[in-house]
Amino acid sequence: MTLGAAMGGARALAAMKHVGLNVAADTFMTAAYTGARAGLVVVSADDPGMHSSQNEQDNRFFARFAGVPLLEPADSQEAYAFTLLAFELAERFDVPVLLRSTTRVSHARGVVHRAPAAGPPAPRFERAPEKFVMLPGYARDRHRALLERLAALEREAEASAQNRVELRDRRFGIVTSGIVYHYVREVMPEASVLKLGLSHPFPAGLVRRFAAEVERLVVVEELEPYLEDAIRAAGVPVEGKAYFSRTGELSPDLVARGLERAGWPAPAPRPRHAAPPTAGRPPVLCPGCPHVTPYLALRQMGAVVSGDIGCYTLAAMEPLRAMDTTVAMGSSIGMAIGLARSGGASGPVVATIGDSTFLHAGLPALADAVYNGTRVTVVILDNATTAMTGGQAHPAAGVTIRGDAAPTVDLRALCRALGVGWVKVVDPYDLAGIRLALAEAVAQPGVSVVITNRPCVEMPVKVRDHPFTVADGACIACQACMNLGCPSITWSSGWHEGRRKVQIDAVTCTGCTVCVQTCVPGAIVPAPGRSGKA
Amino acid sequence: MSAAGGSILLVGVGGQGVVLASAIVADTALRSGYDVKQSEVHGMSQRGGIVSSHLRYGRAVASPLIEAGQADVVVATEWNEGLRALPYLRPGAPLIVNLHRVVPPGACRDRLGGRFGYPPLAVDALAREVGDVRACDALAIARRVGSPKALNSVLLGVLATLVPFPDHTWREALAANAPRGSFPANAAAFDAGRALRYPDETWVQAAGAAPAPNGNEGRARGAPATLALTEPWCKGRACGICVRACPELCLAIDGRDRVAVVRPEACTGCRLCELLCPDFVITVHDTVVEAR
Repeated sequence: MTLGAAMGGARALAAMKHVGLNVAADTFMTAAYTGARAGLVVVSADDPGMHSSQNEQDNRFFARFAGVPLLEPADSQEAYAFTLLAFELAERFDVPVLLRSTTRVSHARGVVHRAPAAGPPAPRFERAPEKFVMLPGYARDRHRALLERLAALEREAEASAQNRVELRDRRFGIVTSGIVYHYVREVMPEASVLKLGLSHPFPAGLVRRFAAEVERLVVVEELEPYLEDAIRAAGVPVEGKAYFSRTGELSPDLVARGLERAGWPAPAPRPRHAAPPTAGRPPVLCPGCPHVTPYLALRQMGAVVSGDIGCYTLAAMEPLRAMDTTVAMGSSIGMAIGLARSGGASGPVVATIGDSTFLHAGLPALADAVYNGTRVTVVILDNATTAMTGGQAHPAAGVTIRGDAAPTVDLRALCRALGVGWVKVVDPYDLAGIRLALAEAVAQPGVSVVITNRPCVEMPVKVRDHPFTVADGACIACQACMNLGCPSITWSSGWHEGRRKVQIDAVTCTGCTVCVQTCVPGAIVPAPGRSGKA
Repeated sequence: MSAAGGSILLVGVGGQGVVLASAIVADTALRSGYDVKQSEVHGMSQRGGIVSSHLRYGRAVASPLIEAGQADVVVATEWNEGLRALPYLRPGAPLIVNLHRVVPPGACRDRLGGRFGYPPLAVDALAREVGDVRACDALAIARRVGSPKALNSVLLGVLATLVPFPDHTWREALAANAPRGSFPANAAAFDAGRALRYPDETWVQAAGAAPAPNGNEGRARGAPATLALTEPWCKGRACGICVRACPELCLAIDGRDRVAVVRPEACTGCRLCELLCPDFVITVHDTVVEAR
C-alpha cells in the first residue's frame, strides 16, 4: 500500500517491527528496483532481548540485502531528524529508505526540536511501466539502475554529516550506531568514536581514515556483527563480538564490561543491594478473557494445538498449557495442515487463530485445507479487536481504525465461502457449549471451524458485569477454578484438607461466570451489593 | 537528589499507570528546565506483566538507561516489583513503595506443597536493608481522596518531596498529562502523597495494610493422595465425568474402557471424582488431616 501511495506521488511511510518486514519483504526487495516518485520510508523497529517478539533478528541486513539506504537513529531527536532525512534521500535517489530503530529508541521519550519541513509536491501518478512493471525485461534494467544508485549513495554516506567522527583519546576507536552510541558515551566519554547514522551503503573510506587515527578499532553493536563484518571486509583490522554478546540488548553496564575485557579501564561496578526473592510475573490473560475456555477444553481433549500470534499465545503457559506450536503471524492453519498430514499427532489437530490474524494472514491456508481435504479444526477466537497490540479495529470489527462505521466481514459466511462445510459460532463463556462444539468439530471428516463470539473485555470497551466472590465455607480448595489462570483468583489465607482455599478480587473480576461453571460445590457466588459496576 | 541531575526508576504492574506517571515526571523535569530521557519497557504489560520505566534528567543526558546501583530513587507501584527493583537502587537512596499487592496467578501454583510464591510484606526487614523506605497503601489513599486509578499520583506526591522540581511544574505536568476529567482526582492524590510524613508514616501505613497468606504454615499435605478404584462398576467412555472433573488431569479412560489413574503424583485429594462418580467407583484415601 505504501509503495502504491508513493508511486502515486504521495509521501508514504510504513512502520512495523522487525518481523513485520519479513512479511513485507517480497514487496520491499522489488521496491528497491522500482523506486517511487515520492518519498518511501520503511520504519522497522528491532527488538533485541525480545521484550515482546518471537525472535531478535537484526534487520540492518535487510538494507544490504535489498540495496537500500539504512538510517539508524540513536534517540528521539534523531528519530525525528532522520525521518525527514529519509524522505529527502528517498526522493533525491529514487529509492525506498530503511529507518531502523530498536526497542530502546522507540519506547522512549526525549526532547525533540522541530525543524521546518517542506511540504511534498501534489500527488500525481505518471505512467512508467519500464520502471513500475517488474517483468524480467524491465527488471534487468532496474537492477542495473539499483547498482548505479548504490554507488551514488556510497558517496553520500562517505560525506554524510550523520556519520560523525569524534576524535578524543586515540588509544581506542569505537565504531557504533543507534542507541549504543549513547551507552558508549555514558561509560567512556573520553574515547574516540565514529558514530554511523547512515550505515548502508557502508562508508568504507571514512572508516579507513578513522582507523588510521586510532591505535585499535572496536565495534560496539547490538545483535549481529553487521558493522564489524563490513569493516573486516574492507580490509581493516577490527574487533567487536569477541567482547560483546550477539544475543539480547546491550546496556551501559554491558558496554563497560565488554570494553573492560577489550582492555579499556572501565569504572568498577557500583555497590548495590542484593536481589531479594520475588514472585515471577509473566504476562497472563486478563480476568474475563474470552480466549481461556477454548484452551481449557482443548487441553482436556488432548488436542495437538497449533497457535498463532496474539494474546492467546499466552495459553501456552501454565496453567492452560494448551498450545504446542507458535511461529509466525498466520502460520497456525498451515502448520495444522502439516501436523495433520504428518500422521504423527497424538490427538485431533486444532489450529487456533484470532480474528484479526485470521483476516490478516489466515485465509489462504484455510482455503487450502478445504481444497486439499485435510482433517483439521480451526478455532477462530473472535474478540472483535486486535487486543495484543492495543485494540486496533480490523475488517470484521465494524469500525475503522478512527472509530467510524465500516463494512463488516461476516466470518461465518467467509468460512462457508471458502468451502468449509461445518461452521459453528459458540459463546466462550459457556464452558459446556465450548466443550460440546469442539468435540463435535474434531469428529468431522474434513475441515471444521469453531468461532467464539465474545468481545475483548478491555478494548475498545471495558466489559464489566457484577463481580463474584467465594463463599469461604463452601470452598473445598479443589483448585479447579485456578486452572483458568484468572488473575482475579488467588489463594486466600484459608485451608481445607491441606489445600489452599481461594478468593476473588472484586475490583478486577469482570463477572464472566466461567469460574462459577468450574466450581463443583457452588462456592462461587455473586458478590454482595447492587448489580452493575462503575 | 542533586539539582544537577538524577536517575528515577519507576516500576509496577501493567494497568497501574507506571508509563503515565513517568511521562508526568519527564514533563515536570522538562518544565523545570532539564534535559530528559526516558525509556520504558512494557512488553505485554496489558496482560498483567512487569512495567519498568527509566528516567534520567540533567543538563545533557546521554543514555536513557539506569544501571544497577545507580537509581537515585525507585518508585514502585507494587510491593513485589519494588523488591525486584532493589538492585537498581543506589545504596542509601530512598525507596518509595506501594504496600498494595498484586499477586500473580503463578504465585499460587504449588498445590501439593501449598507454598505461597509471593514475598511477605516484611517492611521492617526492608527498612533495615534499604534505610530510607517510604511505604504507603497508595491504592487505599487514592480511593479515599477520589479515584483508585490515581494511585500513581499518590506516589508522585511522595516523589515530589525528594526531587528539585518546582511545585508549579508538577501541577502543569499533571494537568497536561492526566486523562481527560481525571485531573482533580490526580491532584488530590498527589497532595495526599506529598502530605505523608516519613519515616513515621511507613509504619502507620504498614500496620493498616491487608494481611495476605505467607509461607505454607506447615498445613499442606506435601504428598499426593491415593485413589482406590472398584473398576468393574465403571461405565468408562459412556460416562467420563471424573476425567472431565479432575483439576489435575489425573484420570483417563484406558483401553479396557475403565477409569485409570495416569498422573498419581499430582492428586491433591480434592475428592471431586469421588463426589461426582455416579457409580461409587472411586474412593480417595487421604493421608492428611487438617490441623486445627
